[in-house]
Amino acid sequence: MGYTLNFAAVWRSFDLLLGGLLLSLQLAAVALVIGAAIGLVLAFALVGGSAVLRRPAQLYVTVIRNLPILVLILFTYFALPQLGVRLDKIASFVLTLAVYSGAYLAEVFRAGLLSVPRGLKEAGLAIGLTPMQIRTSIVIPLMVRNVLPSLSSTLISLFKDTSLAAAIAVPELTFEARKINVETFRVIEVWMVTSALYVATCAVLAALMRAVERRLALPK
Amino acid sequence: MTKPLLEIQGLRKQYGAVEVLKGVDCTMRQGEVIAIIGSSGSGKTTMLRCINMLEEFQGGRILIDGDAIGYDEIAGARRRKGEKEIARQRALTGMAFQQFNLFPHMSAAQNVMLGLVKVKKMGRDEARALAEGWLDRVGLAARADHYPGQLSGGQQQRVAIARAIAMNPRLMLFDEVTSALDPELVGEVLQVIKALAAEGMSMLLVTHEMRFAYEVASRVIFMNKGVIGEEGDPKEMFVRPQTERLVEFLKSSSFQ
Repeated sequence: MGYTLNFAAVWRSFDLLLGGLLLSLQLAAVALVIGAAIGLVLAFALVGGSAVLRRPAQLYVTVIRNLPILVLILFTYFALPQLGVRLDKIASFVLTLAVYSGAYLAEVFRAGLLSVPRGLKEAGLAIGLTPMQIRTSIVIPLMVRNVLPSLSSTLISLFKDTSLAAAIAVPELTFEARKINVETFRVIEVWMVTSALYVATCAVLAALMRAVERRLALPK
Repeated sequence: MTKPLLEIQGLRKQYGAVEVLKGVDCTMRQGEVIAIIGSSGSGKTTMLRCINMLEEFQGGRILIDGDAIGYDEIAGARRRKGEKEIARQRALTGMAFQQFNLFPHMSAAQNVMLGLVKVKKMGRDEARALAEGWLDRVGLAARADHYPGQLSGGQQQRVAIARAIAMNPRLMLFDEVTSALDPELVGEVLQVIKALAAEGMSMLLVTHEMRFAYEVASRVIFMNKGVIGEEGDPKEMFVRPQTERLVEFLKSSSFQ
């Protein structure tokens, strides 16, 4: 083993890695926001009585959850333009990740919706709230509290999944690391530092989500 | 003769093949306090829940101030009203539940304010003032910013009553509001209801508290197997029950 660790080359390019990390976080955040909106609509369709809404929602969740995400990314980026839908690589990736997370969040939110006691909805009805007002004022705020722990792990998964954007040359953390690797040949150093950045960021995200959970906890 | 506040005509309700209300007729005037008693499964809670459309019903009519609740009859066909109209009609009545059903993510004051702001379209300051006033009336002025999880069962139930009353309903519906309470907390809730009755609030109470029904109600309805078995003045009914079923029921209940 003649390999001597030398981080100098990695530190020289550290701002590239940080820039990549920032983009990774942005990709995950935007995908989560859009994915949560998709997931919420799907979840209401899944628990609602009408089969007209439930069947398509079930189909969406089943298809997306049974596709490898890399296939989805490559399909969106390479196949959609052939069908006339042209997106730049960042938009294409964010859209893919949002569609993908929407299917997972639909299941998370569905369980959360079912955990809101029926009596609370009845209490809302009894004071004259409309079903939509009950959703926005009672059901969703309680559902969100119920699903925060799952939401936290979904956010962390999404953040890690952003590394797959390297496959279509989105300049996020993994892509930048590979570039530095190719330019400097400091293979071990680059991937050690990159791994440390992923692990540390996930720890910070988890801590932030725990703080949100504590903040929103129902007073006892 | 003034127009009745509530008219129930031939009310029928079934769950699948099981008929739980088999034609209930009842008329109530403004300011009356009616206690509904009967063994479990007699249909008393279901009847209450039909009045604010928490339960759908398949036959008969319910009128509040002459306004048909829940369904329109057009050329003999019966059709459920739209959600908005049903929501408006539900606000004509207030309801307190056995399990309180306070919104756990809102303080006592916010629980009372929600309907005022969202349904009555009141400004937040005005709604807050009104909520504080009602919480004071149920003896909880100091608990306005407490959350349901921080209140005892009796306190939660009083907040729930304040939440319903603040909407200024024509009629209050109480569904076994003391059944889930520890015995030592029952009194404080009954006190609040008694005070409201004394002020002329119209109420329908489903209750197991026979002593309370005897003291507060102007009329008692005894439900038996989906119909009204007997009704009348509590002073008369409890002392000289006319039907065998009521005699048995009173014997098995705590009233002596």
